[in-house]
Amino acid sequence: MKRKLEISELIFKIISYTLLTVFALCCLYPFVYAISASISGRSAVEYGSVVLFPKDVQFEAFAKMFGDNMFWNAYSNTLFVTLYGTIWAMFTSILGAYALSKRRLLFRKFFNFFLVFTMWFSAGIVPQYLNYLDTQKVFNAIGIMDDKWLVVIAMGMAAMNIILLRNAFEGVPSEIEEAAVVDGASEFQVLSKVYIPMSKSTIATVALFFAISRWNGYFWARQMISNSNEHPLQVFIRLRLEEYTDPEAMSGWNEAFASDSVIYALIVCSIVPILIIYPFIQKYFAKGVNMGGVKE
Amino acid sequence: MKVGAADYLEFDKARGVYRVSPEQAVRDDVEKHYWLHVGRTIVKDWRLYLMLIPMMLVFLFWRYFPMYELLGCFKVSDNVLPVSKQLFSGFSYFKRLLLAGDSLSTDFWRAMRNTFILSFYGLCFGFPIPIILALFFNEIRSNIARSVYQVLTYLPKFMSTVVMTSLVTMLVKQGSLTTGMGIVSQFLANIGLISPEVANAGLLNNPSFFRSIYQISGIWEGAGYDSIVFFAAIIAISPTSYEAAQIDGANKMAQMRYVVLPSILSTIVIMLITRIGTLLNIGYEKVLLLYNPQTYVTADVVSTFANRNGMGTGAGTGIAAAAEMMNNVIGMLLVIGANTIARKASDTSLY
Repeated sequence: MKRKLEISELIFKIISYTLLTVFALCCLYPFVYAISASISGRSAVEYGSVVLFPKDVQFEAFAKMFGDNMFWNAYSNTLFVTLYGTIWAMFTSILGAYALSKRRLLFRKFFNFFLVFTMWFSAGIVPQYLNYLDTQKVFNAIGIMDDKWLVVIAMGMAAMNIILLRNAFEGVPSEIEEAAVVDGASEFQVLSKVYIPMSKSTIATVALFFAISRWNGYFWARQMISNSNEHPLQVFIRLRLEEYTDPEAMSGWNEAFASDSVIYALIVCSIVPILIIYPFIQKYFAKGVNMGGVKE
Repeated sequence: MKVGAADYLEFDKARGVYRVSPEQAVRDDVEKHYWLHVGRTIVKDWRLYLMLIPMMLVFLFWRYFPMYELLGCFKVSDNVLPVSKQLFSGFSYFKRLLLAGDSLSTDFWRAMRNTFILSFYGLCFGFPIPIILALFFNEIRSNIARSVYQVLTYLPKFMSTVVMTSLVTMLVKQGSLTTGMGIVSQFLANIGLISPEVANAGLLNNPSFFRSIYQISGIWEGAGYDSIVFFAAIIAISPTSYEAAQIDGANKMAQMRYVVLPSILSTIVIMLITRIGTLLNIGYEKVLLLYNPQTYVTADVVSTFANRNGMGTGAGTGIAAAAEMMNNVIGMLLVIGANTIARKASDTSLY
């Protein structure tokens, strides 16, 4: 049955559409502007006449960046850290979460507390820094000279993600596990053949969380990786930004495009891969938010 | 499990005496040889404990060892000796930070105040906006249109902090002889919100704009994404509830007040408590990327204060550790307090 909208409902609908449109455009605008500014000509960018659409289109800023070996280096370093970091984090988290989900585990409460406490209390930046310096010494002593491995192994664990996995594993009916055990499955087979397939979507979500935090990792990578060849993309972008927004360093700039265009081009290049995979990962992201409500 | 006397003893008819029941004998045995029992269980389930080891080691090495380093706030730090060998200095660093009255101490108090103000503003502005957005999303009946709006508003969440702050920096950057100012400062100057001179000097160099930039960029980045959870609560409301309210003559405000609000109240409470729990965990990375010496007045938070003093050429790691200790202890008390309230107020506990 269709009924006429009451006047207050109509007003609210109009307000909703208007404000949502404004907000959505505000969200979108900086990206559009970044793209336009990255391909506009020098004077158009420098005198601020680019507002929405590009002017005097040039692609030299992109060409300059793509011609920069450091850029590709940074990209491959980020891929390295993201790939191995996610694998390492998922490996430890899945095994640990599986053990924690078992009621027959002794001292289960203690182990849970051991995890959850790190969400309540963190040591802070400086103690962590001292700790990473020590770790670096140990890693160097056993022959791991590449600081990327330090970033991969020592950083980025999150108790929250492990608890999400644990809750998913607890939700698997124990009858299925019993059936598998009766059929002669070992502990590892139960995990790999029963638990992992049955909580696939949670695992995908958690892996996504880990991957995103690796991809975005900046602060510790900048602190701990001294060799500029090992810098991941985020550090590279930041260093370039600092270099290119320094008016004195840029006073001798004599390219056909503005120095800002290079920064915008960098920003665009770092967002594009995420935009490409965004449609595929969006549903896991939305799922992850609603998984909250953690219980002990 | 409560055990009564009947469980301990049973009557032995043949001898005519009471004796310890077999179940209790097993319990006694477990109690007597507790660690033997523990050992047997672990040996039987050794695979489970093996699985636990990598995770526990990671947390021990890189979460708990730093907490040990944090104890350096009670020791004389000289950056050479490990914490265990340093001399004990009691609360001298804390006294120094809180009471000395020198520039370090005033800087610390400023950082403490900024931490509270930034997070409190975040709570005031950052918290309601996702709820309002979710209400707006609910008004859009067409699924396609709604998806478009949602995708657009989630979009900024997918940038890293570095990219987001780079974009913000570029949009409000200062003008110079060679280049004009950022497009957003230009816009604000054009509509007369700020004077052209202020805009030209760069908004990020001006301490009175730091908080606004921090909050607005936070809303821009997170509001759409944070609205997901509220939207999920709103679409769970049965359409019949609205119909009933409409038949009773409720206008939109009344529907909001009596249908929508009660249905999403528990979600709001839970999210609010989570938020209060993490009040002091200001994203130091974002502050670090946006602030500069000119804006320390409003931008410096405890983490960045500690970062400057402990990792650069500052007052040393002991001072930095003491500052972080205070911040983190207050933060932990907030988390635990928020959780206790959550447990009491609703049946959902967060941790």
